[in-house]
Amino acid sequence: MPKSVKSVTVSPEPGRLSVRKTYKLYIGGKFPRSESGRTYLVDGDNVALASRKDARDAVLAARAAQPKWAGATAYNRGQVLYRIAEMIEARRAEFTALGVPGAEVSAVVDRWVWYAGWSDKIAQVAGGANPVAGPFFNISAPEPTGVVAVVAPASLLGLVSVIAPAIVTGNTVVVLAAGPQVAVTLAEVLATSDVPGGVVNLLTGRYAETAPWLAGHDDVNALDLTGVDHPDLAAELERAAAGTLKRVIRPVTGGPDFTADPGLRPMTALLETKTVWHPKGY
Amino acid sequence: MFEYAPAPESRSVVDLAGSYGLFIDGAFDSGKDGNVFKTVNPATEEVLAEVATAGPEDVDRAVAAARRAFGPWSELPGAERAKYLFRIARIIQERARELAVLESLDNGKPIKEARDVDLPLVAAHFFYYAGWADKLAYAGFGPDPRPLGVAGQVIPWNFPLLMLAWKVAPALATGNTVVLKPAETTPLSALFFADVCRQAELPPGVVNIVTGAGDTGAYLVQHPDVDKVAFTGSTEVGREIARTVAGSGKRLTLELGGKAANIVFDDAPVDQAVEGIVNGIFFNQGHVCCAGSRLLVQESIADSFLDSLKRRMATLRVGDPLDKNTDIGAINSAAQLARISELSEIGSAEGAERWSPECSLPERGFWFAPTIFTGVTQAHRIAREEIFGPVLSVLTFRTPEEAVAKANNTPYGLSAGIWTEKGSRILAVADKLRAGVVWANTFNKFDPASPFGGYKESGYGREGGRHGLEAYLA
Repeated sequence: MPKSVKSVTVSPEPGRLSVRKTYKLYIGGKFPRSESGRTYLVDGDNVALASRKDARDAVLAARAAQPKWAGATAYNRGQVLYRIAEMIEARRAEFTALGVPGAEVSAVVDRWVWYAGWSDKIAQVAGGANPVAGPFFNISAPEPTGVVAVVAPASLLGLVSVIAPAIVTGNTVVVLAAGPQVAVTLAEVLATSDVPGGVVNLLTGRYAETAPWLAGHDDVNALDLTGVDHPDLAAELERAAAGTLKRVIRPVTGGPDFTADPGLRPMTALLETKTVWHPKGY
Repeated sequence: MFEYAPAPESRSVVDLAGSYGLFIDGAFDSGKDGNVFKTVNPATEEVLAEVATAGPEDVDRAVAAARRAFGPWSELPGAERAKYLFRIARIIQERARELAVLESLDNGKPIKEARDVDLPLVAAHFFYYAGWADKLAYAGFGPDPRPLGVAGQVIPWNFPLLMLAWKVAPALATGNTVVLKPAETTPLSALFFADVCRQAELPPGVVNIVTGAGDTGAYLVQHPDVDKVAFTGSTEVGREIARTVAGSGKRLTLELGGKAANIVFDDAPVDQAVEGIVNGIFFNQGHVCCAGSRLLVQESIADSFLDSLKRRMATLRVGDPLDKNTDIGAINSAAQLARISELSEIGSAEGAERWSPECSLPERGFWFAPTIFTGVTQAHRIAREEIFGPVLSVLTFRTPEEAVAKANNTPYGLSAGIWTEKGSRILAVADKLRAGVVWANTFNKFDPASPFGGYKESGYGREGGRHGLEAYLA
């Protein structure tokens, strides 16, 4: 039997009935219910159960938002990510009430701050001038790969550790979230952090149902399988992704250690390198 | 047009044996089953040699040899690995004339391209990656980057030795060992490279060459003891390899097809742009994955620009690849010629207007005259599919936004060209093009220090430069 007690009960006052939160999807900056009308019960809450159609709507929203987000200045993207950290700090109690340890909330805030700083530095670290043997200006710079579909791990730190490296460089994401109450609360943070609608789209439900549609979707550029815990399903999704040659981040055996220094790879795995040549001459 | 007397390069600099075996564990052998295939000179259809077909057991032996060699090779100090690669680079320079003639014979490409482009770049690539072997800790992939193990590499027929260099040099510099399969129609330069490795006294098993057709490549890619797969070739085969590798944990890089737009704005320097368009599509008979196969020309100058282009095309010399005057050599194979012919016929059938300069083609061998199609729309198959031959589809545009939209309207994303005198326009358009290499006021330039590779369905991973190391490091 599911727990009958609501997981979030902020300042219950005797004699007053608290107002509950409805846990919905986050698509294009809005909080719709699943178009399927379905919900599933998680710890006493009726949570939206995303469908194939929701996943496709989310890809449309992510694609629509991507050029403008990638075209924003790196400085601007960094400010937006930093704003996310501020908003989480302010909502610390809400996350801890959902059972996220205080230390993890702190790590999450710090992770957003870390990635916020990368926005205007990664291009210099991952790109640069190439000393070619001829009279040419030659430069390589990283660019976002586009729309990234993410099967997210259950923890808040894991969720943030897959979203932040994708969006800091200008990608937009469709995230299949585990731990729905925490994920939706993060979506509410994003909605109030100047993150443009559509940059992060968050679907709750069963990833085994929705992920295959995203893996095979022609307008998705990359697939992050970090949160997939069945090797056979991961292989199947990777095979589906081959249809349009999506970039694939495979799950790590034994699960990744999100408390460790993430390094550059979570960002560079979702970057393309563009090399531009021009002759030199008077 | 001036008449030129033939200036044939001598083929006596290449000593061809009648048959060649596989190169496994430092020695040549004929393969377990003794099956062979013939490789022909596409300019004459003359059989150049018989080459062993590697079956599953042969691929097994090659992978096992690479596995045995991996431990000692990866544990060598980087500076020592570097010296082997420097040796290889030097030997390639010393044997450049021989290898250039061989490449021209087996591939059909003009000797002037093999001599002036392929071979210098091959040597440069080994020099470049040799220098990385003892500097990997500074490459930005962590303080102690490790090699992956055995790399299975499958390469195409358009730049046989250059594609080998792109694959083998970074793999060896980073401490991996390799099993490489050259293309079925151009196996010879890889086997000569095996001899270069012997001359360099490279330890046995570090480089293994298995020849054969698609089946041999498939055994290699599927082999459970291969840690890393690198493939250059068609997007169709690339997809199949990605499916095969899925779930195996093998690392994968793919350099696949393209349908590059070469965008000419109304202020472009016409003569320079015409040279660039001609080089973009007719270099190497158009057998180039990054070929500028779609010309997007601004409508206001389209007529006069096409006149200039046609005048220039009329001076292209098509014929004997070993003639130093030749601009366009032979199509690599009968099968490729059939594909080019078929797509060109579809171009006409779909309503585009076909034009080629008058040129007499040799009677034997595989030949295709340089061809342009005008009146092409984005829906035409010749605007969407990679032809991989000397065939240019011409479309027009009115505004920069339209040019960018049309250029990006393809599942491919390997390369693109921009021709304009306006600097700010170059930078703005380059930013918006979804392609891994953008040539502005130039085209088809390559350098070992410059990363190369595609967006979208043109594959993933980069070859060349510091970026090229990542594919071979954990």
